[in-house]
Amino acid sequence: MDQLSVSDINLILDTADSLMEISSRDIKKVPTLRGKSIVNFFYEPSTRTKASFEMAAKRLSADTLSLSATDSSMVKGETLIDTARNLQAMNPDIIIIRHSSSGAPHLLARYVDSGVINAGDGTHEHPTQALLDLFTIRKKKGRIKGLRVVIIGDIAHSRVARSDIIGLRKMGAEVTISGPPTMIPVDAESLGVKVVLDPAKALKNKDVIMMLRIQLERQKGILFPSLREYSIFFGLNQDLIKVAKKDVIIMHPGPINRGVEITGDLADGPFSVILDQVSNGVAIRMALLYLLIGGSKGDNLD
Amino acid sequence: MITWIKGGELVDPRKGEKKKLDIVIKRGKIEGLLPPGEFNPTNDMDVKIIDASGMIITPGLIDMHVHFREPGEEYKETIATGSQAAATGGFTAVACMPNTSPINDSRSVTEFILERARKANLIRVYPVAAISMGSRSELLTEFGDLKQAGAVAVSDDGRPVTNSELMRRALEYAWFFNLPVISHCQDFDLSNNGVMHEGAISTQLGLQGIPAASEEIMVAREILLAKLTGYPVHIAHVSTEGSVKFIRQAKEEGIPVTAETAPHYFSLDHTAVIGFDTNAKMYPPLREPKDAEAIKRGLSEGVIDVIATDHAPHSEIEKDVEFDKAAFGIIGLETALPLTLALVREGVVDLSTAIAKLSYNPASILSIKGGTLEEGKEADLTIIDLNNEYVIEKDSFKSKSHNSPFIGQKMKGKAMLTMVGGRIVWESDEFNPRS
Repeated sequence: MDQLSVSDINLILDTADSLMEISSRDIKKVPTLRGKSIVNFFYEPSTRTKASFEMAAKRLSADTLSLSATDSSMVKGETLIDTARNLQAMNPDIIIIRHSSSGAPHLLARYVDSGVINAGDGTHEHPTQALLDLFTIRKKKGRIKGLRVVIIGDIAHSRVARSDIIGLRKMGAEVTISGPPTMIPVDAESLGVKVVLDPAKALKNKDVIMMLRIQLERQKGILFPSLREYSIFFGLNQDLIKVAKKDVIIMHPGPINRGVEITGDLADGPFSVILDQVSNGVAIRMALLYLLIGGSKGDNLD
Repeated sequence: MITWIKGGELVDPRKGEKKKLDIVIKRGKIEGLLPPGEFNPTNDMDVKIIDASGMIITPGLIDMHVHFREPGEEYKETIATGSQAAATGGFTAVACMPNTSPINDSRSVTEFILERARKANLIRVYPVAAISMGSRSELLTEFGDLKQAGAVAVSDDGRPVTNSELMRRALEYAWFFNLPVISHCQDFDLSNNGVMHEGAISTQLGLQGIPAASEEIMVAREILLAKLTGYPVHIAHVSTEGSVKFIRQAKEEGIPVTAETAPHYFSLDHTAVIGFDTNAKMYPPLREPKDAEAIKRGLSEGVIDVIATDHAPHSEIEKDVEFDKAAFGIIGLETALPLTLALVREGVVDLSTAIAKLSYNPASILSIKGGTLEEGKEADLTIIDLNNEYVIEKDSFKSKSHNSPFIGQKMKGKAMLTMVGGRIVWESDEFNPRS
């Protein structure tokens, strides 16, 4: 998200808007990217993002190839650079990469000529999630500028939070982050956000609530003692949400831990736009593929 | 044969100011230091003349902290290639850290290193032996036997001594054998798989941070142990403002502590990691500008005694990978001198102090020869052109590895000739002594 300008972001959101309609057709396919090949290279488990990219590519008639960690040469000890060189030798138009190491897409991009889309790298960025979040907010609220957004959860280890913060700040929203101090990154204010640790206070007068998934695997008793305690003090519930604006929307990048960071009734309730995010995700990714392949080769998105 | 170095200006940190003196060398030793015009060889004398006009001559530079990777990782560096890199950088002596494979925790490894150094036959290589067997912080190594075999210090460098009791006993026991103890300061739990300095940049890049406190806690511990035992400790690669503060305070209280830093800690800061450049990854990590400033102040005020490179060669296999998977460390022997001379031009330290931190001070901490230019002493010296400007190029390194964050940067100041025991071990193409 760091590399995108405000006008880039607007262009992507506008393009997604115009492509949205394709997904509601009876025959959900246009020939725009026929003959183009797209590699979905997922070196870390993912259901939503991977499916979303694949769906997006197929609706634009591109040929897709999906590689995951278990069936790639990575398990045989091949380095990322060697894998990149091999993929490059097959001359794909776009490589979409999800990787557990921050910066991995940058490394890949140095070794391939095709466009590279970052589908999430370590705890660094998840730009397509941020774009679909911006798209969702714009559709629901009609604007982004001036909105008050709060992000609650493990900010320090969240690539979604990092990308959302950059995107929201660029588009003129006010961003507050909230959660236990163990999950707030050092020098968080340098990201241009306000830190209000207590969700009950942070939620006040907010237009948008973004909940982050509590990664169960991170819970080793050091960042927080138990899921039970987390849900009591930092989880979103009916009581807490009362201090937010009446027309607040609740977002979540998924997958949800029901009863941990958000109660089931809120996730399914009227404020929730969680499933809209998923639908919008396909449109955003269609827009990106279209713009990147239609544009000059070698553009990267991060 | 006699070697006559004429026309140069001597910078001997023990004597302070620059002075024009000719050096006459015979049988590897400095025979005379004479004012220009006083040495008049007769025709029947076999004299090699080295014209050092416009250059300075310093005691041979000494790097008390290098990793030469031999035995075990010869694909990264060998004692021969490391020695070549050292000579090219102006160094006549180095101390090799023990984290080889196997670790230098026994006489046989120490002797092997010395044997390889003899074969390389370029510079003086001093082995540093491990404090604990396998550097596992469990059992002390045989300090006496290692000293007799040729070790000049002990350190578990690459790893901290995690057991405070063991560190205390190491300081006590080492004193009996007059072996300096060098500490790698890192609290493993706090550094918690970190890969760069914890701060605004790690937050921005989503990389796991290593807080300054991870180093400072151990610096404070070592100082307290030095105070407890009354025996000296040397702090390796100081990188933070807090460490400098603790060391300054300890010195003021008369606690026997010495310290070194590396050129990258005063030349770069954590912003070098932006773009995920693995050549900006080392332990301790590049810190914040305020830390670099504190390091400079520490150098200028004598809190930090030594500039050492922590020369840590790694091949592409370890470096051309994802940032979090990359090895820690950079090479430094061929960039240390110009980076230190930049401090002199900046006015942080004067030339003589800079040379002291690169020669006399490490020599006295390790009790090894060199560090001064005196009649009767070994002719270990470096001829430096302070004004030579060049760009660091990847392919120009003599080191087997080229993991340097300074590639592409402009440097000023270069070793033109390096002499060990009267023998020239490095001479730049740009330096043409008439003979």
